[in-house]
Amino acid sequence: MASTSYARPSSSQLPPSVFNPRRHVNVQPERVSDVSNTEYPGHYPDEDHSWDLQKFKQTLNVEVKRLSQRSIEFDLVGVDASIANAFRRILIAEVPTIAIEYVYMWNNTSVIQDEVLAHRLGLVPLNLNPALFDFRDASGVPTDRNTLVFRLNVACELDKSTPKGAPKQYIHDQVTSGDLEWVPQGEQETAFGDRIPGPTNPNIVLAKMRPGQEIELELHAVKGVGKEHAKWSPVATASYRTHPLILLNPSMPVPPHLAQKFAKCFSPGVVQVSADGEVSIDEHNLRKESMSREVLRHKEFEGCVELKRIRDWFIFTVESEGPYAPEALFPESVRVMREKIANIRRAAEALLADADGGGGVGADGDVEMAGV
Amino acid sequence: MAEATPKIKILKGAEPDLSAATYQIHDESHTIGNALRWMLMKNPKVEFCGYSVPHPSENHIHIRIQMYDNLSSLTALLTALSDLDDLCVTIDDAYKTSFQKDEFERWDEKS
Repeated sequence: MASTSYARPSSSQLPPSVFNPRRHVNVQPERVSDVSNTEYPGHYPDEDHSWDLQKFKQTLNVEVKRLSQRSIEFDLVGVDASIANAFRRILIAEVPTIAIEYVYMWNNTSVIQDEVLAHRLGLVPLNLNPALFDFRDASGVPTDRNTLVFRLNVACELDKSTPKGAPKQYIHDQVTSGDLEWVPQGEQETAFGDRIPGPTNPNIVLAKMRPGQEIELELHAVKGVGKEHAKWSPVATASYRTHPLILLNPSMPVPPHLAQKFAKCFSPGVVQVSADGEVSIDEHNLRKESMSREVLRHKEFEGCVELKRIRDWFIFTVESEGPYAPEALFPESVRVMREKIANIRRAAEALLADADGGGGVGADGDVEMAGV
Repeated sequence: MAEATPKIKILKGAEPDLSAATYQIHDESHTIGNALRWMLMKNPKVEFCGYSVPHPSENHIHIRIQMYDNLSSLTALLTALSDLDDLCVTIDDAYKTSFQKDEFERWDEKS
């Protein structure tokens, strides 16, 4: 399966390095091969693959592709999967947000159980900038810097203004997230007064009631991260896929009478068919290819085409659900990553100072554990 | 647990000169483990590097580093950490530059 015959088409607009077989993950009918990157020092004779920041800066390419009010798509090209995956994991589990954590039930006579209601309340996304808050420390003492208080006080009644004979109308038969009332504490009034803290979406139904039922709660929201509970995750999804690549074999073109059938094996717009039945790839639409591998099921196309993915070209899709604008999420994940690195660095430096101090290795030849 | 767990400790069996050692990093996961492993493997003086999450309910990872020429694995770890930080800065800058160029499609997403 040498890829040398599948050279870059002369009409290609993609950078030549995209056709470097070393960057390709091979998509075969029943399996995927060449998944791992092999560019490490010592792997290829006479090639230096040690870390080089200048080289990395040259090969790195980040390009924002699409943006909406709640999601963003961008390309991250030239990094290893371990790096792309670190950012993806951080986006889901370690970028902090504020969510309701403590629910004090003064009264709940609705049919929804206390614990179920509390759980639903926790999942309501709040519009607060987490940077303005501290994490609660181990003592768990609430202050105006780490806790936000809401009240939920609703009672359902029959709407007496409904004309006789008309279907019954209720007041407050649906408790929604918009019913949450913020109760400012300490300096919060002046700090957040211009943008009232509350749910990002006021229409989330929390409970349904009938006349005579009421809910009376006090809620405390705190800062947290998604790895503790998904309610603190700032994203609905954060995922990546690698860029698809379709290589046509120049020495074995698709027979013109089968061109339409060939094109139908791919996502719409990916394969173009000219008037005389010649097949070509629309590189602009290449990213839309679903990699269904349908083309590999047909005997008549055997040898005509190879399916690849570009191993270091990541197409990120991040959907915000919470206080962050979609474009602000990725920089936030980088910030968290750098924080983690700084933390480990500090500990490692302390360890080094310990080792240099002569106390590194104990009498039994073992390295002593270092406290941090 | 009487005392706080250290962020990093060197596990038993390390070479006295730290040319080969396993580090236990507390409160970290695959996120840092795999990225750090990759950056360490980019160092030509590293003979071997691997990481593991020994048990899913224990909140730490192990990173094993073995060096050529009896060099210190701790120094290699520190270098890898600062290289990883440079990488983050580079990616962050590139993202912000691309965003400011404003050459992307804006669309209206119904929620």
